[in-house]
Amino acid sequence: MDLGPYLLLASLEGAITASILALTAVGLSLVFGVMRVVNVAHGEFFMLGAVASWFVATYLGTHPAIGFIAALLIAPLLVGALAATADWLVLRRINYDPERTIVATIGLLYILQQGTLMTFGPDARPVEPPFNQRLAIPWPSFEGGFHLTWPWGLGTTSYKLFIIAAAITILFGLWVLMSRTKIGLIMRATQLDRDMAQAFGIPVERVYALVFGLGAGLAALAAVLIVPVQQAHYLMGGDPLLLSFIVVIIGGLGSLPGTVIAAVLIGLSDGIISVFFSPTLAKILATLLVALVLVFRPQGLLGKRIA
Amino acid sequence: MTKAIDQKPSLTRRKTLKTLGAGALAASVGCYVQAQSSAPIKVGFQVHRTGIGAAYGRWYDRTTQAAVAKINAEGGINGRPLEIVAEDDGTDPKRGAEVVEKFATQHGCDIAFGTLFSHVVFGSSPRAGELKLPYFVVSEGHHVASGKLNRYTLQPGITDVKSQVQAMAPYVAETLGKKVTMIYPDFAFGHDHRDYFSAALEAQGGEVIAKIAIPPTETSFTKYFPKIPRDTEVIYHVMVGPAVLTFVKEMGEFFGPSKPQIFGFIDSLEAVDLSSPGLEFLEDTYFWEGHPRYAQANQTEYDKTYRAAVGVDNNGASISDPKDVSTYAHMFGCWETLHIVKAGMEAADYQGPGDRSKLIEAVEAMTDMPASDAHPQGAKVFNGRTHQVFGHQYISRVEGGKLVLAHTTSIEDTLYEDEVDYTTQSF
Repeated sequence: MDLGPYLLLASLEGAITASILALTAVGLSLVFGVMRVVNVAHGEFFMLGAVASWFVATYLGTHPAIGFIAALLIAPLLVGALAATADWLVLRRINYDPERTIVATIGLLYILQQGTLMTFGPDARPVEPPFNQRLAIPWPSFEGGFHLTWPWGLGTTSYKLFIIAAAITILFGLWVLMSRTKIGLIMRATQLDRDMAQAFGIPVERVYALVFGLGAGLAALAAVLIVPVQQAHYLMGGDPLLLSFIVVIIGGLGSLPGTVIAAVLIGLSDGIISVFFSPTLAKILATLLVALVLVFRPQGLLGKRIA
Repeated sequence: MTKAIDQKPSLTRRKTLKTLGAGALAASVGCYVQAQSSAPIKVGFQVHRTGIGAAYGRWYDRTTQAAVAKINAEGGINGRPLEIVAEDDGTDPKRGAEVVEKFATQHGCDIAFGTLFSHVVFGSSPRAGELKLPYFVVSEGHHVASGKLNRYTLQPGITDVKSQVQAMAPYVAETLGKKVTMIYPDFAFGHDHRDYFSAALEAQGGEVIAKIAIPPTETSFTKYFPKIPRDTEVIYHVMVGPAVLTFVKEMGEFFGPSKPQIFGFIDSLEAVDLSSPGLEFLEDTYFWEGHPRYAQANQTEYDKTYRAAVGVDNNGASISDPKDVSTYAHMFGCWETLHIVKAGMEAADYQGPGDRSKLIEAVEAMTDMPASDAHPQGAKVFNGRTHQVFGHQYISRVEGGKLVLAHTTSIEDTLYEDEVDYTTQSF
C-alpha cells in the first residue's frame, strides 16, 4: 500500500480508537475530578454496557437498528443506575476515603466480572450494526492530469464513521451539560470545594451518586457504540481501563478537555504506530509518555497544579 | 460484635469427635470401594470453561460426556465405568498445572485428559511428568512430537499443526497461488503455522511474501491489513480467541470487491456461525477443517452416529440451539482419545494407578486405527515414538454459505521425520 492511503487508513482506525477512548476516559476523569475517587471498576462498567447491549438487541429480536437504538438508550441508563447503587451501597459507607475506595472498586471489578461470567457466560457475542456499508475512499492522483483513484484496501464502513460522529456529539453534549446547565454548575461547585458546596445547600452525596452513575454511563455508552464492531465478552474491560488511566494521567486528572486531547493523541498514535511498526511499540510509547508526563508535568497537560 | 463474643462455641468436643469418626469411617469405606474391581476409572478432565478457550471448552465437555456415556453403555473399561472429574483451567497455564496436581493428589484420578490451548499444555505437562500421571492432550500443537514434553504426555486423538499445514501446502500452491501472505496469532501455535507452512510451501515452489503476526488478545484488526503486499495471490489466515469474528469481518471490509484467494484454518471461525452478517465475502474461499462441520454428501455412518451422540445437527450446530455452533473441527479428538484410553487400558489389563506405565506402553504400541465408531473423523496412524497421531485432513470450500468438502489429503501427505523417541525415556 502507498504511504498516503496507508496513513489515511491508519488515521481512520486511530480516530475510532480515540472516539471510544475519549468517551470512556472522560467518564473516569469526571468521577476523579468531582469525587476524587480512582474507579478501578471503570472497565467493567464498559464491559457491562456491551453485555447489556447484547441482551437488549437479542431480546427485542427486531430489526438491528431498533435493537441498537434501544440499547443506546437502555444500556447506559441501566449501567449508570447500577453504578449509582454501588456508590450508595459501598463508596458512601467508606466515606470516599482514597485508599479504601481503590480497594472497594477492585472488589467491585471482580464482582461485576464474575457476575457476568456466571450469567452471560464466557463466550464473545456479536451485536449486529444498525447499518454497515463498505465505503471505498478515493485518493487523488496527479499522474497524467488530476484524477481520483481507488487504492486497494483503502476503505472504511459507514458504521465506523458513525462511531466518530456519535462520540463527538456525545462529548459536545457533555460539555453543554457541564458548562451551561444548573446540574453542571452543581457538579463543578462540588468539584471545587466539597465543604463549601455543602454549606450552600448542595446535596453532595446525591451529586456523588449522580456523577458516579454518569461516569459509568459514559463508559457503557462507548461500549454500546463499539460492540457492533467488536463483540461483547466478559474480559473486555481490561484494555479500556488501562488506556483510560493512561489518557487521564496524560490529560490531567479531572480535566475534561485535557482528557479528550490525550485520548485523541493516544488513539491516533496507537493506530498509526501499530500500522507502521507494531502494536507492542505503540503500547510501549504510550506508557513511556505517561512516565515522562509524571516526571516533567505531574499535573498532566491541562491539569491544574494543586497548591 | 459483642453478640459474637457472648455466643458459646458451636463446635463442641463431642461434635468434633463425631465428625472425625464419621470422616474416618467414610474414608475407610472409600478405600474399600476403591479396592473393588468395579470401582470407576477416574479421568481428570482439564477443561477451558472460562478464559479465551471457553467456546472450545464447552464443546470439548459435551463431546467428552457423550463419549463417556457411549463407553459406559457398552460395558465401560474392563467392566469398570468411566467417571469424569472436570476442573476449569481458565485457559491459563499456571492454573493448568495446579489442576493436574489436583487430579493426581486430591481426586486420585487414573489419568488426566482434554486440554486444547498449547500454552496450557506447555504449562501442565511437566507437572504431569513429575506426578507420573498419564496426560492425554487434545491440543493440535506440535509440542508433543517436537520432543519438548515427556513420556507421560500423549496426543493420540488429534493431529498436530506441523502435519496439517504440510498437507495443505501442495493444495494451496497448485490450486490457489504461489505468493502467500500469512496472518497468524503471535504465540506458539501461530509460530508453528508460520514456520512449518513457510517451509512446506517453499518445497512446492511457492513463497510466503509477508508474515503478519497479531497478538491473540487484539480486538481491532484493520490496522494490520495494509501490510499485505499488493501482489499477494493467497491470504493464509488462522486466528484464535474471542475476537475471531471481528478479525474475519474486518478482513472482508478491507478487501471489498477485490479480494485475493483466501485460505483459512477453520480455527478463525470455530464456534462462529458462517451466516453471521459480514461473512458473505467468504463465499468461494477455502478452509482447512479437522473434521467437516457440515454433514457432507459422502458422510460416513461413523460420523452420523457420532454427530447424533454429541447432539450436533447437519450444520454443525447444537440440536437444541442452531445458534450454538460447535468446534467440530477439533472436538472429535476428545471422543477418539477416550476410545484410545479404553483400548489401551484393556490391552494393558489396567487395574489402578500402579499400572500407569503399562497403559502408556500399551498406547505406544498402537499403530493403525481404522475409521470406526471409535474414530469417526477417519483412519489414523499412531507413532508410539513421538506420541503423536497422523490422519486425513480436509479442505472445504464455502458454497452457498456452507462448507463443502473439496479435497481430502492422504495420511502420507501429513507424515514427517521423527524428532524424538519418547520410548527411550524411563518412567
